[in-house]
Amino acid sequence: MNNTNELLSVSDLKVQFDIYPKGAMPWTSPDKLKAVDGISFSLKEGETLGIVGESGCGKSTLARALIKLIPAHEGKVLWMGQHDILEASKTELLDIRRQAQMIYQDPLASLNPRMTIGQIIAEPLITHYPKTKKEDVKKQVQDMMLKVGLLPNQINRYPHEFSGGQCQRIGIARALILNPKLIICDEPVSALDVSVQAQVINLLMELQNELGMSLIFIAHDLSVVRHISTRIMVLYLGNVAEVSPANDLYENPKHPYTQALISAVPIPDPVAEKNKDIILLEGDLPSPLSPPSGCVFRTRCPKTQQLCATTKPALESNDSDHFVACHFAD
Amino acid sequence: MNLLEVKDLGVQFDTLDGTVNAVNGISFNLKAGETLGIVGESGSGKSQTVFALMGLIARNGTTTGSIKYNGKEILNLPEKQLNKIRAEQISMIFQDPMTSLNPYTRVSDQLTEVLIHHKGLSKKQALIESVQMLDAVKIPQAKSRIHLYPHEFSGGMRQRVMIAMALLCKPQLLIADEPTTALDVTVQAQIMKLLSELQQELGTAIILITHDLGVIAGSCEEMLVMYGGRVMEYGNIKQVFSQPAHPYTKGLLHAIPRIDHQGDQLTTIPGSPPNMLRLPEGCPFEPRCGVALDTCKNVIPTLQEFTDNRYRACHSALEL
Repeated sequence: MNNTNELLSVSDLKVQFDIYPKGAMPWTSPDKLKAVDGISFSLKEGETLGIVGESGCGKSTLARALIKLIPAHEGKVLWMGQHDILEASKTELLDIRRQAQMIYQDPLASLNPRMTIGQIIAEPLITHYPKTKKEDVKKQVQDMMLKVGLLPNQINRYPHEFSGGQCQRIGIARALILNPKLIICDEPVSALDVSVQAQVINLLMELQNELGMSLIFIAHDLSVVRHISTRIMVLYLGNVAEVSPANDLYENPKHPYTQALISAVPIPDPVAEKNKDIILLEGDLPSPLSPPSGCVFRTRCPKTQQLCATTKPALESNDSDHFVACHFAD
Repeated sequence: MNLLEVKDLGVQFDTLDGTVNAVNGISFNLKAGETLGIVGESGSGKSQTVFALMGLIARNGTTTGSIKYNGKEILNLPEKQLNKIRAEQISMIFQDPMTSLNPYTRVSDQLTEVLIHHKGLSKKQALIESVQMLDAVKIPQAKSRIHLYPHEFSGGMRQRVMIAMALLCKPQLLIADEPTTALDVTVQAQIMKLLSELQQELGTAIILITHDLGVIAGSCEEMLVMYGGRVMEYGNIKQVFSQPAHPYTKGLLHAIPRIDHQGDQLTTIPGSPPNMLRLPEGCPFEPRCGVALDTCKNVIPTLQEFTDNRYRACHSALEL
């Protein structure tokens, strides 16, 4: 696992939240909500890893735990094969966060309404390189604004003066100003209109080509994830169901959950959409407070058998880099 | 005869910043049992169009034009007469199933209220019918779960409750305003299948509003593409998808990544949607249009039938 071009290597990451039941006494022990339950993966330099799953499957918790915005309960997150982010000291963490930036879902809510966009984009630069000269900061900010498709003369405006798509460009500029090695995008386009969404996706892909950073791209829209990712990880209730190169996953999904998920995505083409077979899942996501025993997907799985209730399937592959966690995978 | 005939519908709002022309001159027809899809981006006026149908426009709004339901004018009817039509003949499902159910009232009370008020049933009879309806929308253990509060249901289940409530009086027309936008894809598939099954059983006509072209493709016969409060294109969905006639529709179809094949770079529509307070003088799409002519700047194109049953509003030469 200690490959040199491996940017991030996560092993057995677990995040738990303490939930106190209604009317609990101070001495009762809390219920454990396992938001992320033993996830392992690695990310190479320049790669885009897409993370998909339904709401409540732990996508955002995972993303935040990776850069220690949420404390993890167990596991290891190795940064460039050396530092464990979860154990890192304050100075080490500062150094890592300089190279790992984040873009958030709600473009307007993630920008401080009382700062001009010049100040917003410059803030990481001033925090991490406090000695940079004022003129240099301004120049770098303006260069970055040009790069993400904003006009440099808008530098003194406030976030509310921009549309949703432009606000997301500001968020991207803020993430890129430190020239990071990794950007974690948590649903960056789900709040945007279709025509604007395409602009932001293209921008992200162009910038990645130009600057060579890695992306972790979280989304619930499977079509968008397919478009942007090189590799995709499917999560279900805090567990990995399947990890595979993007095209392979969509053409040859092996896990019953992935199959159902892909078949449920509507295709914008009336002929194809009306002729496809949808694998309908019964019911809803079970509560993460009391997940099913064995395989977490078994309560909704069309293929479930006795074995699934007793043994949790391991994430395995028979030959390739296509990993599945299912006893009865195709 | 058409179930619904909308002609030259306009909705204006007086705000402190000026007049917002949310909907401008929209016309369409709907036959009984048919499904019409309305697509458009946020602010394109799709929700206000159907709010006008239901008489739900906010107080600072005015509506003009004509809406005929079964041949009878229903636009700007007095509240009392409108209430007879709402719920009994036309009902609506809203986008967010949590905020559109009353959090303080049990689901049973919210459902039976409709039947008691509109059909004059006894409480007992209303409860029996409500349970039947919850069964029809496939809520397991409906008999006991009907007494729960909305927050005790999941998002998908809440949307089922909303659908059940809308269908209680067996309306002829159901308006669904982004019914699956707040839901996950697997749940979305369940709800869309349920809607089409119920439609076949009850023969209800549906107006489906969404921004997701995939959802439209799966469930509608006709579609209306809106932009800046106007209809850009209107026609049979198979034809609109395979041969879009308006530059906006074309742009929209190219801008969405598709799950069934890995595409190259997405073609984008430059710029962003218009400010409804300051709409361009001519075609609202002109500033973002790749084939705009000089006339587009000043003259608003009208919706015209260019072949059988296909309409578009554009000055540029037709290219299919």
